[in-house]
Amino acid sequence: MKIGTPKEVFEGEARVAMTPDSALQLQKLGHECFVETGAGEKAGFTDAAYEKAGVTVLPTAEALWSEVDVIAKVRPPSDAEAGMLTADKTLISFFYPASNEALMELCKSKGASVIAMDMVPRISRAQKMDALSSMANIAGYRAVIEAGNNFGRFFTGQVTAAGKVPPAKVLIVGAGVAGLAAIGTSTSLGAITYAFDVRPEVAEQIESMGAEFVYLDFEEKAADGAATGGYAAPSSPEFQAKQLEKFRELAPDIDIVITTALIPNRPAPVLWTKDMVEMMKPGSVIVDLAAERGGNCELTVPDEKLVTENGVTIVGYTDFPSRMATQSSTLYSTNIRHMMTDLTPGKDGVVNHNMEDDVIRGATVAHKGEITWPPPPPKVAAIAAQKPKEKPKELTAEEKRAAEVAAFKKQTRSQVTLLAVGAVILLAIGLVAPASFMQHFIVFVLSVFIGFQVIWNVSHSLHTPLMAVTNAISSIIILGALMQIGSGSFLVILLAALSVFMAGINIFGGFLVTRRMLAMFQKS
Amino acid sequence: MEFGFTTAAYVVAAVLFILSLGGLSGQESAKRAVWYGITGMALAVCATLIGPGSGLWLLSLLLIAGGGAIGYVVAQRVQMTEMPQLVAAMHSLVGLAAVFVGYNAHFELSRVLAMDPAEREALHGFAELLAHKTSVEQSILRVELFLGIFIGAVTFTGSVIAYGKLAGKVSSAATKLPGGHVLNAAAAALSVLCLIWYFGSGGFLPLFLMTLFALFIGYHLIMGIGGADMPVVVSMLNSYSGWAAAAIGFSLGNDLLIVVGALVGSSGAILSYIMCKAMNRSFVSVILGGFGGSAGPAMEVEGEQIAIDADGVATALDEADSVIIIPGYGMAVAQAQQSVSELTKRLRAKGKEVRFAIHPVAGRLPGHMNVLLAEAKVPYDIVLEMDEINEDFPDTDVVIVIGSNDIVNPAAQDDPNSPIAGMPVLECWKAKQVFVSKRGQGTGYSGIENPLFFKDNTRMFYGDAKKSLDELLTKIS
Repeated sequence: MKIGTPKEVFEGEARVAMTPDSALQLQKLGHECFVETGAGEKAGFTDAAYEKAGVTVLPTAEALWSEVDVIAKVRPPSDAEAGMLTADKTLISFFYPASNEALMELCKSKGASVIAMDMVPRISRAQKMDALSSMANIAGYRAVIEAGNNFGRFFTGQVTAAGKVPPAKVLIVGAGVAGLAAIGTSTSLGAITYAFDVRPEVAEQIESMGAEFVYLDFEEKAADGAATGGYAAPSSPEFQAKQLEKFRELAPDIDIVITTALIPNRPAPVLWTKDMVEMMKPGSVIVDLAAERGGNCELTVPDEKLVTENGVTIVGYTDFPSRMATQSSTLYSTNIRHMMTDLTPGKDGVVNHNMEDDVIRGATVAHKGEITWPPPPPKVAAIAAQKPKEKPKELTAEEKRAAEVAAFKKQTRSQVTLLAVGAVILLAIGLVAPASFMQHFIVFVLSVFIGFQVIWNVSHSLHTPLMAVTNAISSIIILGALMQIGSGSFLVILLAALSVFMAGINIFGGFLVTRRMLAMFQKS
Repeated sequence: MEFGFTTAAYVVAAVLFILSLGGLSGQESAKRAVWYGITGMALAVCATLIGPGSGLWLLSLLLIAGGGAIGYVVAQRVQMTEMPQLVAAMHSLVGLAAVFVGYNAHFELSRVLAMDPAEREALHGFAELLAHKTSVEQSILRVELFLGIFIGAVTFTGSVIAYGKLAGKVSSAATKLPGGHVLNAAAAALSVLCLIWYFGSGGFLPLFLMTLFALFIGYHLIMGIGGADMPVVVSMLNSYSGWAAAAIGFSLGNDLLIVVGALVGSSGAILSYIMCKAMNRSFVSVILGGFGGSAGPAMEVEGEQIAIDADGVATALDEADSVIIIPGYGMAVAQAQQSVSELTKRLRAKGKEVRFAIHPVAGRLPGHMNVLLAEAKVPYDIVLEMDEINEDFPDTDVVIVIGSNDIVNPAAQDDPNSPIAGMPVLECWKAKQVFVSKRGQGTGYSGIENPLFFKDNTRMFYGDAKKSLDELLTKIS
């Protein structure tokens, strides 16, 4: 088959859908490659480079459109371009079918097959052709660079001989692919980076990139990311209010705001209102990656850079990937090439438009004179459904209280029982035992009591010293031996003397060893 | 009251002893607390020598000095890893002393009873005290000294066996004579019979027979307890030595003995309780020895143990930001605490967060690991208890397990049929990577298979803990 790439007709578009490198790979699949002259010029690929890679350079767009079977483009075709399609041709490009229904009708009427690169399902196997992610990655990177370009200070904090420079504070709203790329760029430049997303489960990803997740103190049933194909779901009005409140709190401190919040096929939510812009310091920068769909910032003007009255720069460009055309073209052409690999499973240069394949079916919006959009849900779920988190049953205040009362009652009961039993035993002993014994007995009971109270407070790490010290003081038995040593027969004296001797070992050994141990405990 | 001064001194000493135990609630106050204990002991001994001690105090002083000299030498020489043995050995001394003092009380009592009233008036010292007792009091005295001797004798042989097991002189496996606990029960029952006999006759024979039974119980009870349960045994013996002192205190009518004995007894009891709780086992099942019968076959462990060499561990440590070290008895055996300390120092110097997780029953003595790490100059504020650190494992890059086994066994949580099911364990397997320093593939003291060693994120670092660590140190500068 013949694959060709025309020059982009859209004003200002610099990207190209085929590079010399990707052409080499496509030829390995058995295809012939064509480009319109000058197609890669703005992205830094000359006609000579293409020719060197074995690509035929055609002089006009018309020649190309009539010559080739598969047309690979970046932007959706213009009406004129679509008019050149015929039934045996396949078009691969961004298409945005949801907002381009008229164009889709036109393609259908021509009978051509159209594969929309923006409709590639988000499943693991299709990641290699996920052009939206490739472009978002570049947009996120470029947004930080663009912000840095318009920001008059360092990103990183420095203490220099010429004074101290505080680090820039960057807030990134929306942690999709673009947001995460922006976080990575911003942190590697040394800025203090905060990031926000309505999906609490991305907190881990945010933190893994080195930014701090801005937590919202809000209880809402988290939407299952799997249900929406990995995109954020629209949030409730209460949540949005809370979110704006949080942003308002942050606004005065933030130097750079990069907003990337977009939900597919919806206008961008307004997250950075006029009053927040007014709160920001002069010289601050806002980069709005959602400008194409109206912008996350209230003051954004699409495709323009403007400076507000209080000196805040708002960048509303919509062509960030195009501003890095070489990089974007390289990635995009690779995505196209992977798509072609899936379309030519035999590597024999024959396109097999297999509508049973999840990825190809999902991306095809028109085929054999029919509109095939929207596609049925893919057979493989995009993201494994989150396991429902087992939440410990939340007790209501009353239940908690009841449980506490019950526990307290139980404790009281067991304590009272213990005390009662103890008292009865004591009384029983008191009935038979003489007063002199009771005197000692009281001392004994009180000491046990004190012992229990005191020992509970001993810290775990000191249990060995505790044993050594109790061991040392248990040799108080020496007192008994000392009392007996002077009285009675030789045998008594001998036994008592032995006892004194052994207790002596214990006293000194025990205390010294304890001291040795305790002296070793040191604080860092 | 002729011994007013002595009693006053006793009160002061008792207060000092209580403060001494209470002071152990913190590392810094503990250093002061020991001095309270020492002062209390000195006061008590002096007061007794001056007061009711009477006679032969030169001999007493000489003996104390002699014993003290031996105690001093032992205390200076002992290795910190040998602390469990030392403590057990010292308990046996207290036990034996209690037995002797009990016997003396008996001899004196018999002698005094044999005298006629005129002679009794002439007595002084301890005998005088006995002479003034009524017959009810004498009966109670007999029970008291009987109890004192019984507990003392159990403590004595028990401690000797515990010492032998801890020092490796006696096999640490749980061994019982044929008949098992029936023998113990029989001996205990015979002792009770002796008590009744002694109560009636007041002769020496029942007392002596009972001592033999008690010695046997002490021996057999501790022989039946395996090495892994030693922390409970040692604290239990500690408790016994206290109760023995208290019982003797009753028979001698000495309040200070009672107070201190009760303090020590309750302290040991609480320690035993804490240890048992840390192993999720009842005190009775520890004492009766062996693990309770498991309810079914233990879970099959799948996978294999993957070994790693020092280079691999060094690389992983180099990349890690947070490290937790879990020391166990194996570290004590290999004397590896200095190497561990050095490793800690170097890793900390590189800005990594290094902490220690100590399971309450790690080692052979309550708090054993803390003492060893302190000896190696590991700062105590990075040494944490199980409850303090268990939640941090998921955020930890590398966990190094050095010579511990059951306390990091996930089977305690996963396998309801495991003999240690329900025992709180350090959840180290939740960390990103676990290295286990271990001598070989064996199952260790308790003989329980450890699924941790077979987990995907576990690597086995075989070899003697000290040698392995020293090799590791050469790779980490």
